[in-house]
Amino acid sequence: MTTADIKAEILDILEVIAPDEDLTNLDDAVNFRDQLELDSMDFLDIVMELRKRHRIQIPEDDYIQLASMNSTVAFLEPLMKDIQKV
Amino acid sequence: MYDTIIIGAGMSGLAAGIRLAYFDQRVCILEKHITIGGLNSFYRMRGRDYDVGLHALTNITPKGTKRGPLARLLKQLRLSREDLQISPQLGSDIVFPGVRLHFNNDFERFRSEIAREFPKQIDNFDRLVTQIVEYDDLDETHQAVSARERLGELISDPLLVEMFFCPLMFYGSAREHDMDWGQFSIMFRSIFMEGLGRPYAGVRLILKHLVRKFRGLGGELKLRTGVDRIKVDNGHVTGVLLENGEELQARRVLSSAGWPETMRMCDDSQLVVSRATGRLSFCETIAALDVQPQALGHRSTITFYNDSEQFHWTKPDKPCDIRSGVICSPNNFDYGDELLDEGTMRITALANFDFWNGLDERKYALEKLRWYDHITASAVRFVPDYRHRVLDTDMFTPTTVVRFTGHDGGAIYGTPDKQFDGRTHLDNLFICGTDQGFVGIIGSIVSGIGMANMHCLRD
Ligand SMILES: Cc1cc2nc3c(=O)[nH]c(=O)nc-3n(C[C@H](O)[C@H](O)[C@H](O)COP(=O)(O)OP(=O)(O)OC[C@H]3O[C@@H](n4cnc5c(N)ncnc54)[C@H](O)[C@@H]3O)c2cc1C
Repeated sequence: MTTADIKAEILDILEVIAPDEDLTNLDDAVNFRDQLELDSMDFLDIVMELRKRHRIQIPEDDYIQLASMNSTVAFLEPLMKDIQKV
Repeated sequence: MYDTIIIGAGMSGLAAGIRLAYFDQRVCILEKHITIGGLNSFYRMRGRDYDVGLHALTNITPKGTKRGPLARLLKQLRLSREDLQISPQLGSDIVFPGVRLHFNNDFERFRSEIAREFPKQIDNFDRLVTQIVEYDDLDETHQAVSARERLGELISDPLLVEMFFCPLMFYGSAREHDMDWGQFSIMFRSIFMEGLGRPYAGVRLILKHLVRKFRGLGGELKLRTGVDRIKVDNGHVTGVLLENGEELQARRVLSSAGWPETMRMCDDSQLVVSRATGRLSFCETIAALDVQPQALGHRSTITFYNDSEQFHWTKPDKPCDIRSGVICSPNNFDYGDELLDEGTMRITALANFDFWNGLDERKYALEKLRWYDHITASAVRFVPDYRHRVLDTDMFTPTTVVRFTGHDGGAIYGTPDKQFDGRTHLDNLFICGTDQGFVGIIGSIVSGIGMANMHCLRD
């Protein structure tokens, strides 16, 4: 997956997790928490959705990497570069 | 070999099951009873549908609200608000001698009622509300403080304090006489600040969605399948032995059967610190009417009543405590143009399990008739008398609760000592639902989700 694919995938996951949120004006540099109504359960769901969809395991210590879109994509790039986009 | 076996197909078990099945676990829910729902179920009798449990869903925030338990559970279960088709209450009342406080899903209304009936208390009330809003349900440090003590410091009119406790205890206190401050705050927000609602089709609609979702995700549900023992080997659960003699293996077990009930199932014969079973149980009368309650002048959705200035939340020494109760009319929700076919009036009152449990069949049937009349006669002091419009009646007692849910002593809200982290003495046995700490329909769903997330998903 390319960087753009990964970003699109994260947006898709956010849409599933938080269907009431408007994601069109999401600022990639700003923490999700400061723009969206997400709690710790939702962050767990981002991790779980990645595992369900792509078999990626993210250790709990790394959850903080998922703070913003930019940090999430940067963290996932090495883990997802060999995954085929479906 | 299952990843997770869940004991009980009540609200909490089903919710936990959906979470685990969604994330591809092999999960099986085992239910002793012939149907799902547990404390919240439904049945058909003499051609009529009845709901057990469900007076109203709590935590009903307006559509689009992103915070609070309802929004959280919809997100976590991947359900949409439309699935539940929740109609708001018309408005409910707390009635004590000479005072009536009305509330609906607009909190300002409740505040103005308090300003009218208790003008000297309104500043105190605002201070109380600030503290309730600040209470963080994920931080347990203030959880165990006595709500009576807190309220005593904040509100100087004891009558108002009793009028708060009456509905909040009826809808969620496992403890006699008092509540934990945490539980008080959660219940206050759920009922007064968020609000009450109900799907037109009642509890079966909610259950239908939950079970359909669970099965659609590949979850297995076995009805008429009671768990007899939880098999333990070396401090570790290996599976369960069913009442029919079959054995199932699992990597972990999540039980919604209650704390003492679950501990008794463990076959490690380890002396587990015993925990008091709950003492608070209910009788409920149900009357089907040939008119809509509104035609009799009854518009209230739920009426919480008490016939003296002091409210008693304790196991009665009589078969039922008719001094107080909860009157619910499922007709009195705003269903738009639709009306329920018949009128229904339900009354819940505290009851003594030991009395009801000790009766032989004939005596039981007689006492049911007798107490149906006492409870109803007491309640119609607070709502229009509907007794001349009754088509059919039914009544459940504490023993009914035991028969259909297996909860010791018919305790609706379980034991007073909750296990907030859901852990037990075994490293792969966890509890969810009533005895984990969240009660009510929304509460138990949140509990199932929380315990599934915390203990069953992270490996
Ligand atoms: C009369 C009444 C009115 C209520 N009104 C409301 C209301 O208006 N609003 C509201 O929010 N809440 C209400 N409640 C409370 C609400 O119903 C409960 O808090 C909630 O349903 C509890 O869910 P649970 O999953 O924790 O437990 P349960 O529903 O008790 O689920 C436990 C399940 O485990 C099963 N089980 C037990 N032992 C075994 C075993 N050994 N093997 C297999 N299965 C087993 C039981 O059969 C049961 O189905 C009411 C309850 C009652 C009784």
